[in-house]
Amino acid sequence: MKILVCIKQVPSSTTVAVDEVTGVLKRDSAESKMNPYDLFALETAFRIRKDKGGSVAVLSMGPPQAKLALQEAINMGAGEACLLTDRKFAGADVWATSYTLSQGILKLGHFDLVICGKQTTDGDTAQVGAEVAEFLNWPHAANVSRIESVTDKHIDVLVNMEHIIQKQRIELPCLITVEKDIHTPHLPSYKRQLLTADRPLQVMTLKDFTDQDEHHYGLNGSPTQVEKIFPPSHTTEKQVLTGSGAELANRLFELLTARKMI
Amino acid sequence: MKELVIHQEKVDEAVVAQLQAVCPFNAFDWVNGRLSVNAACKMCGLCVKKGPAGVVELVEKSSAAAIDKTLWRGITVFADTTEGHIHPVTFELLGEARELAAVVGHPVYALLIGSNNQADAKELLHYGADEVFVYDDPKLAGFLIEPFTAAAADFINKIKPCALLVGGTNAGRSLAPRIAARVKTGLTADCTSLEIKANTDLVQIRPAFGGNIMARIVTPNHRPQLCTARYKIFSAPPKQARAKGKITPMQISDAQLQSRVKVLKTIPKELGFDLTTAEVIVAVGRGVKSKKDVALVQKLADLLHAQLACTRPMVEAGWFDPRRQIGLSGRTVSPKLIITVGISGSVQFVAGMKGSETIIAINNNKNAGIFNVAHFAFIGDLYEIIPRLIQHIKK
Repeated sequence: MKILVCIKQVPSSTTVAVDEVTGVLKRDSAESKMNPYDLFALETAFRIRKDKGGSVAVLSMGPPQAKLALQEAINMGAGEACLLTDRKFAGADVWATSYTLSQGILKLGHFDLVICGKQTTDGDTAQVGAEVAEFLNWPHAANVSRIESVTDKHIDVLVNMEHIIQKQRIELPCLITVEKDIHTPHLPSYKRQLLTADRPLQVMTLKDFTDQDEHHYGLNGSPTQVEKIFPPSHTTEKQVLTGSGAELANRLFELLTARKMI
Repeated sequence: MKELVIHQEKVDEAVVAQLQAVCPFNAFDWVNGRLSVNAACKMCGLCVKKGPAGVVELVEKSSAAAIDKTLWRGITVFADTTEGHIHPVTFELLGEARELAAVVGHPVYALLIGSNNQADAKELLHYGADEVFVYDDPKLAGFLIEPFTAAAADFINKIKPCALLVGGTNAGRSLAPRIAARVKTGLTADCTSLEIKANTDLVQIRPAFGGNIMARIVTPNHRPQLCTARYKIFSAPPKQARAKGKITPMQISDAQLQSRVKVLKTIPKELGFDLTTAEVIVAVGRGVKSKKDVALVQKLADLLHAQLACTRPMVEAGWFDPRRQIGLSGRTVSPKLIITVGISGSVQFVAGMKGSETIIAINNNKNAGIFNVAHFAFIGDLYEIIPRLIQHIKK
């Protein structure tokens, strides 16, 4: 079983704000981490590998520093790692991101199963997995809450819908996106870190792809465009209450009583 | 084609420092006296607009042929019947579609994919659809990603709708990206507000860059325009007594309805707890310092006959069941009263509760974002307020 896990490096902090005067984006820190939802995808892959044998490779798209996220995945137990990085990929929306990932996957060779996290904490769209599957012309399942069984031909999974759960049998190769908590992720191993410290990561740019048309990548390949960013709107009628804890507790009690909540 | 061009002759260390300060994504590299943009660039254009004048330029190289937008008509709603009945988000989207359609003088369409679904088609006419396009085939029973994608793509190719709005259910969020990739168009997830321009460009508004920022997103040169919106973001129109509009059956070949996925079994979820029906909610965030302190707030919730809810970090910390999470990646709620305790109020959280009738927020930081939407802003320490409030109520 050849498994590939797609991961993303995301900002550690989600406190980003727009300076209302200058319109400039302000980020708290430049620190990054692996998208937490990807840890569940990795763990799912490791468990299938333990049961069925095979390999787990990791793929990411991002700036050169995203290598750190791939290294972390290796420390947790991943084998091969590949980063897709090119200025030409900059400004990619869901379509262009998914297309870039699918080009990378095709170039890496054959996989039986691609696993993605449910969503990222920065983009928050939960759409990239399904679009990648479409570009690969593979079936997919999103919101997978359990792997029931895996054979050479298919995988049986539980898919979480709104009020029902579907037990699906999906032909391989396929792509799944897994729910948080499908398995508890394990921590990166320091021992493994020492063992794999000088393992080279593969890097691919646009020149390594089969489709090298710049119009299909980054901002130019993105059907959507951000027209404007702005701070969120405010509620106009607002009462501000300040004072000591005791005073505020009294005011809140009065307010709740007046509203017949008590 | 757009490209960032750096005029190296205008670059010195001061300019580099200015640009690096302006760029929120750390995309400027200054190596051996040469300034370059790395792959972290999101092409946001701030360096052009806010950086030192004339150093970085956004150059249009050759523009792609513009599409004829007048060929794409109709604001379409995907009618989600994937769990056997019409999901109420469908009616909400029909209401929103009607408002958008009125601006540009387009009809409102519903796209219904399923099996044995004539009753559903009639029902949609009562919620303002001018025309319901129906794919009715035993192969489309339940929810199978490949046949559903094929039917939606068939509809798009034949009818050429201006926009397709999809409810943000798990099925909708799996289907919409598949359709977008197949017909090569943009897709905006979890819109919190929609507008439409005279040229039929849909303005899709949602939180962006994972932070306290909203973005207006457009799909200027692709059709249809595709977006998803969560349940309870828009309001459903009242059901009309008389059905207007017509039902149009659609044909699709068997070959297109092949599926490499088989549904082996459908299991009803245990009827659990549903936060969206609560009338009073007390929600906690990271201001609550330990799991033990959650019990304190729980006590308050019990006294108010309220449901306890939380922010995403509380779920990530493992303190709460995800079903109690409010926000874009959790539940959208609109109770009569919500009291937020120690919640700073990220855009994602606020998007999930700003429809509440009364919002009381308790936070010790007077600049917390939650106070922008609160009707009553209690600026103080929750540990000084909540225990005293509980004492008052008990008396």
